[in-house]
Amino acid sequence: MIEDIELETLINDIYEYYGFDFGSYSRASLKRRVNRLYHLDGFRNFYEFLSKVRNDSDYYKRLIDEITVNVTEMFRDPTFYRIVRTEILPLLATKPFIRLWHAGCSTGEEVYSMAIMLKEAGLLHKSLIYATDINSKVLETAKKGIFPLRMMKEYSENYRDSGGQEDFSSYYIANYGIAKFNDELAQKMVFSQHNLVSDNSFNEFDFILCRNVLIYFDNDLQKRVINLFDASLAVLGFLALGTKETIKYSISTTKYKQLEKEKIWRKVK
Amino acid sequence: MEESKIISNKRVVIIGGSAGSLNAILQILPDLPVFKSFALVIVLHRRGTDDLTLEELITLKAQTEVKLIEDKVQLMHGFIYVAPSNYHLLFEKDDFFALDTSEKVNYSRPSIDVSFESAAEVYGSNLIGILLSGSNTDGTEGLKAIQNAGGIVVIQDPKSAEMPYMPSNAILNTTPDYILSPEEILKFIISIDK
Ligand SMILES: C[S@@+](CC[C@H](N)C(=O)[O-])C[C@H]1O[C@@H](n2cnc3c(N)ncnc32)[C@H](O)[C@@H]1O
Repeated sequence: MIEDIELETLINDIYEYYGFDFGSYSRASLKRRVNRLYHLDGFRNFYEFLSKVRNDSDYYKRLIDEITVNVTEMFRDPTFYRIVRTEILPLLATKPFIRLWHAGCSTGEEVYSMAIMLKEAGLLHKSLIYATDINSKVLETAKKGIFPLRMMKEYSENYRDSGGQEDFSSYYIANYGIAKFNDELAQKMVFSQHNLVSDNSFNEFDFILCRNVLIYFDNDLQKRVINLFDASLAVLGFLALGTKETIKYSISTTKYKQLEKEKIWRKVK
Repeated sequence: MEESKIISNKRVVIIGGSAGSLNAILQILPDLPVFKSFALVIVLHRRGTDDLTLEELITLKAQTEVKLIEDKVQLMHGFIYVAPSNYHLLFEKDDFFALDTSEKVNYSRPSIDVSFESAAEVYGSNLIGILLSGSNTDGTEGLKAIQNAGGIVVIQDPKSAEMPYMPSNAILNTTPDYILSPEEILKFIISIDK
């Protein structure tokens, strides 16, 4: 078990050597992830681990991969997708052009879910989906649109629960344990690296989704990120967070109107 | 150099359970009078959907108020908290709950081990861990962590459990302070409220 003070040393070193700032990340989660990696890789003393991180940039990449939580699903929380399908897409449909941003998109399962819904609503041709993450490895997976075949049963159930009526398996080709999603879906996706801790707004969007990313951030960083979204969101645009996340500690909620119980807010001014 | 450990001075009772544990919970909560001097956190294996049925049921049955756990909610004495479905529940040093979507542990999210281990780090000897009925091994490592941190370990008597495997496994691998039936667990919790 690493000590708290060791975790702080690691955070400082990562910042000093690589410029990445984990200082505002939730310590409970970070500590658990670092501990896990430390034991997985068989380190027996903390300074051995620290010097590996400092001196071996490939190992640093592994560290980033392993301590950021990249778990994601297609159509996770089907009721959320149902609301997007029935209440948000029809409102966005009136626009000549629709810009979306998935911040913290991980391996892209959410992005492909969104593309499927846009296609079914007849909106994909006039949409552009930006999908960003700090982890370059997950972005590579996302670009390929290749997900494990064994997940498809669960995803197709989620899809149906979210109101999907097509044959879910028509969206991918199954091959040797993988499901490769149709290129048509990826045509309107732009993947790039973007760090919510330090990077700025890069466009104006009609719909920003950032689900299950803020739970890893402390209050100050959440405030920064929500304000970054605010600066990137068109008036009457929508912001969606994870089912347990909120904007209420970060920004004046008079600017935003929440869609009933959902974690979706509309920017009203 | 001695490092300074800031451990919260809140008192916490954390209950973990899997298959068959809801029955035990429903034998305990309705008769548990409103308490003031600790927080009660319940971590049950549950279906991975986003509904709040478990929270609603417990709200209905318990005398003490249930507070929903969301990001940046702070643990306070005198409330019941229920770990939400599809997240691991962790504890920060400053009493805030932290949620985490990382891989399932023991095929479960929330995992009892994950919550027990995290609570043990923050609440140390102010923590009581109670493990109920279930048919897998989740909870055993967590109880060990609670014990090592100076907390109290309570395990449901397997004879009283619908699914005895989980409590039996924990009894084999830890040295519990108490092995109790649900009625005795109720009395025990009442006895610590002062
Ligand atoms: C749990 S995943 C969420 C995936 C998806 N949005 C979902 O809800 O299923 C969190 C993602 O946030 C990314 N992330 C963490 N810190 C970040 C940062 N500072 N900037 C951008 N992305 C970050 C991680 O790399 C990870 O892919």
